[in-house]
Amino acid sequence: MPYLGGEEVQRELRRALSNPHVQADPARYRGAVLRVIRLMAQGADVSGLFPEMVKAGAVPDVVQKKLVSFYVRAQAPRQPQLALLAVNSLRKDCAHPSPAVRGLALRTMCGLRMPGIQEYLQQPLVSGLRDKASYVRRAAVLGCAKMVKMQGDCEVDGALVNELYSLLRDQDPIVVVNCLRALEEILKKEGGVVINKPIAHHLLNRMPDLDQWGQSEVLTFLLRYKPRSEDELFDILNLLDGYLKSSSPSVVMAATKLFLVLAREYPDVQADVLVRVKGPLLSACTSESRELCFTALCHVRQILRSLPGHFSSHYKKFFCSYSEPHYIKCQKMEVLCELVNDENVQQVLEELKGYCTDVSVELAQGAIFAIANIARTYTEQCVGILTELLGLQQEHITSAVVRAFRDLAWLCPQCTDAVCQALPGCEDTIQDSEGKQALIWLLGTHGEKIPNAPYVLEDFVENVRSESFPAVKMELLTALLRLFLARPAECQDTLGRLLYFCIEEEQDMAVRDRGLFYYRLLQAGVEEVKRVLCSPKSDPSLGLLGDQSKQPVNAWALEFNTLATVYGRERWALATAQQPVEPSFSCSPAAGSRSRDTESLVSEGDKEVLEVHADAPVSEGNKELLKAHPDAGSLSLIPDVSLSAEQFEKTWLSLDTSCQLCLPWCGPVHADTMQTALRVVHIQTIAMSRAGAQPWKAYLSAQDDSGCLFLTELLLQAADSELQVSVKQNEAKPEALQSFISALRTVLEAVAGLES
Amino acid sequence: MGFWCPQTLGGLHFAHVRHGGLFFGATTEGDASPFTIIEFLNRLVTLLRDFCGPLNEKSLGMNLGLVGELLEELDFGHIQTTSPEVLRSLVQSEPEAPKPFSLLDLGSVGLFGAETQQSRVVPGGAATRPLPPPRGDQPLKSEVFVDVLERLSVVIAANGTPLKVDVQGEIRLKSYLPPCTELRIGLTEEFCVGKSELRGYGAPVRADEVWFHSSVRLDEFGSGRVLRVTPNPGEMTLMQYQVMDELPAPLPFRLFPSLDTEIRLYLKLRCDLPPKSLSQELSSPDQAAELELSSRSIRWDIPKMQGGSQLSALFKLEVPVLGPSWRLELGPAHGSFELPAHSCSGLRVRFLRLSGPPGQRWVRYLSHSDSYVLRL
Repeated sequence: MPYLGGEEVQRELRRALSNPHVQADPARYRGAVLRVIRLMAQGADVSGLFPEMVKAGAVPDVVQKKLVSFYVRAQAPRQPQLALLAVNSLRKDCAHPSPAVRGLALRTMCGLRMPGIQEYLQQPLVSGLRDKASYVRRAAVLGCAKMVKMQGDCEVDGALVNELYSLLRDQDPIVVVNCLRALEEILKKEGGVVINKPIAHHLLNRMPDLDQWGQSEVLTFLLRYKPRSEDELFDILNLLDGYLKSSSPSVVMAATKLFLVLAREYPDVQADVLVRVKGPLLSACTSESRELCFTALCHVRQILRSLPGHFSSHYKKFFCSYSEPHYIKCQKMEVLCELVNDENVQQVLEELKGYCTDVSVELAQGAIFAIANIARTYTEQCVGILTELLGLQQEHITSAVVRAFRDLAWLCPQCTDAVCQALPGCEDTIQDSEGKQALIWLLGTHGEKIPNAPYVLEDFVENVRSESFPAVKMELLTALLRLFLARPAECQDTLGRLLYFCIEEEQDMAVRDRGLFYYRLLQAGVEEVKRVLCSPKSDPSLGLLGDQSKQPVNAWALEFNTLATVYGRERWALATAQQPVEPSFSCSPAAGSRSRDTESLVSEGDKEVLEVHADAPVSEGNKELLKAHPDAGSLSLIPDVSLSAEQFEKTWLSLDTSCQLCLPWCGPVHADTMQTALRVVHIQTIAMSRAGAQPWKAYLSAQDDSGCLFLTELLLQAADSELQVSVKQNEAKPEALQSFISALRTVLEAVAGLES
Repeated sequence: MGFWCPQTLGGLHFAHVRHGGLFFGATTEGDASPFTIIEFLNRLVTLLRDFCGPLNEKSLGMNLGLVGELLEELDFGHIQTTSPEVLRSLVQSEPEAPKPFSLLDLGSVGLFGAETQQSRVVPGGAATRPLPPPRGDQPLKSEVFVDVLERLSVVIAANGTPLKVDVQGEIRLKSYLPPCTELRIGLTEEFCVGKSELRGYGAPVRADEVWFHSSVRLDEFGSGRVLRVTPNPGEMTLMQYQVMDELPAPLPFRLFPSLDTEIRLYLKLRCDLPPKSLSQELSSPDQAAELELSSRSIRWDIPKMQGGSQLSALFKLEVPVLGPSWRLELGPAHGSFELPAHSCSGLRVRFLRLSGPPGQRWVRYLSHSDSYVLRL
């Protein structure tokens, strides 16, 4: 790290620091010390000045002491022997008459990260805890946490913990909060500081003395406390009421969360709190601080998940403003989509329409998809706007609109006619793979309603040689074959040419295979082709299921005012996946054993896999669980459960998720393989997205012999390499759930193994 | 945050806020409250501004020791206190200001905190200077600044009807007064909160919601609209309010566009503020307009515009091929402006009284556009 001239500079500084004339003049002395710190901040190596700096710390000037303290703390881990020099003078400072110096010395000593420092710390810390100046007590309390952290694995000193618990009754509010923080840190392994009834009430009474940071932290600690009775609960809620009106958003949000969590059995109270937090949240949404605005928007979306329409009357607050950055505009558009109702739909669409022509491609496409989202409810108006946008003949707009049309045709069959009328002419503008695929799919599936469909596809076939995306070619093959079934005379020639090209000239194996497959299918006769290809053209039920249906407030109350909300659920799961799995979340054992499992199954081959049953190989983590519950393995699922899609949807919406886990997954899902594999273990598939749809979803159901239903959602996001599994159960039977999940996991992992 | 996207690395989450080109970052290990992180970082920025004067890379570099001392008071990442008064007794470095006066720096002199387009405000850099050290030798210059800042976010339809009107206002106080001076701030008598309340005989000045700083005493607010506060030295937000939909005065600007088929865009901009009686400016202001290809927009700069006056401009756009829906592509006009000495909500400060020895008092008003959209 020493940069050019580093040695030189150090030598010069050493000379300055040890020059008696400089030392005699406080201003010059401090100036020299400051220069060292500045160099250190720039990354220069100043380690050679340690003895001089320690000496410079022994002056009465407090500012200089602070500067030296920065230096010593930064350099101590690198030079532990020399650091002992500093300890001596710091211990002397611990008895200094000024509390500021005593506090500083304690903080500095606790900040020396070097082995063996603990023995020097013990005594000053203990006397610091009993110091008469609150400033010193604050530093000493936090110092205890630092000391314990440095000790590492050693056992925690019970006397120290008791002392800290007793300091919770300190006069100084910051000492109280620091005690909580320190205890939390020290008792991490045992689950943090314990909040019992006396402590909880003591803290509640001290709340008014605290500043906003202390308040929001204490509110978070209070989440751990469970009131014994209804009366006590409402007493606490009354005490907390004022904090919902605080001028600091962090206190308001912490108080809201505490309300939501404490009142988990009183939906009325929860609803009332959410109404009251509306004002502060909205004003944070329009705050000048973009970052605060973003955070608030994330929370608005969270609330909307349970109370759609909660902010509907304030929809104008979510109009984007010109100067806002993208991340805010995108959030606002998402919120707008969810706020739409009969009264404001016109204005919201008008506003979104304005964003569609934004210079930024990402934003324009986002706005188009937002309109498409609204189109599921207000089909006619939205399709009108989207059609109008096609007139712009701009590549990214047309592509996004056609993609939106494809999804609409699938989810809302009633708009197919309007979509088909709008399509002619689009083919000239679209250049990207996604857009082309969407257009070709529409032409193939609904070709009988579009007069020139065969000729458009013919053009694509003409240019297939220069087509660079294999996915487009595959889509083209399927579409043309489908259209051939509807309009054989116009398509026969083109189809022949395309099949010839794919089989004889195409380099991409997947495309060639698909071509060969269709060729052979055609040889088997048209009836057979129809049986294979004429799948449904739309599936409105999937759209209904796919909609984020109303979640109960309790489903996210614990996530409120945490980073999880800001990350979004999926990304938060990814972000925390790297950490060791916490016990509360661990229906799935750690990643290591997971992959081992998959490997062993792959080597055993298909047959083994299909015989998988509830008592088939389970991962080590589950084995232990099974040992603990001897009857857990005895789950037997009933082979034929007749559950209609409607019944499923109703039950699904009425239940809370009992367990969630993520499985590694790559590539698309092959529906048939998965369905067969699931059927073997008696899990029925209720609905499944088309292959390649994004996000891909499937809904499964199963029932055991005692009549307990297991409903499962599989979700594969485009960007992830993970399959998210959520299981709901209509009776709370943890052992049965465990065995069901291990069976499901085994099957899914086996399918994943086959496909990769 | 590219976004304030918290990023993760090995279980550590990173968050940052941006102020005037500087990034202030924080890391957290656990599942911390995002509101606390952001609010604290914003608070830290205010504190640094209180202690070091105007914030930029240079001033932070010069005051390294001071910044260090401030951060030191967040022991072990636990926020101990952010009250400027307490901190001032603990922090003893003296602020070093970068060269106090330079012609080049004039542009950055402005109202504290308000990120405005051009800030040409009366006492110049006076309100951005750092707080005096607790026991300085020179006698304290007793001064207080009360700023009424309003941000407008407006959408006006093509036919001139306002679709959305939203004013976010706040009263900020920056005090250089000796401690324990009580300040009484009288607001407009007709100021009423909520839709139903009606006060005074003049035209009502409404706010839909109002929040006060916790140290504001409101015992005289009900009767005389007086805020009482004993400010600590430094900056604080006394009151925040928002007004939705209804404003007592007409919106400051209206645009009358007309368009014909060859994309000739004729814009007429009118300022509906009351004309200032004697300060008529005779020469027409210097305007400029240019086409910005990167954002596909025309930028029309008007340095100054008088209340009651009207300006017009004619733009002719030449496009090689005119699609059938070209009108759709013609996005709205975005106004970006600043109205000195004007508050859109009509809120005024009637009086400002100090309990102790007299001091210099400044009341300033500023409305600026957060988003002023005029659809064509």
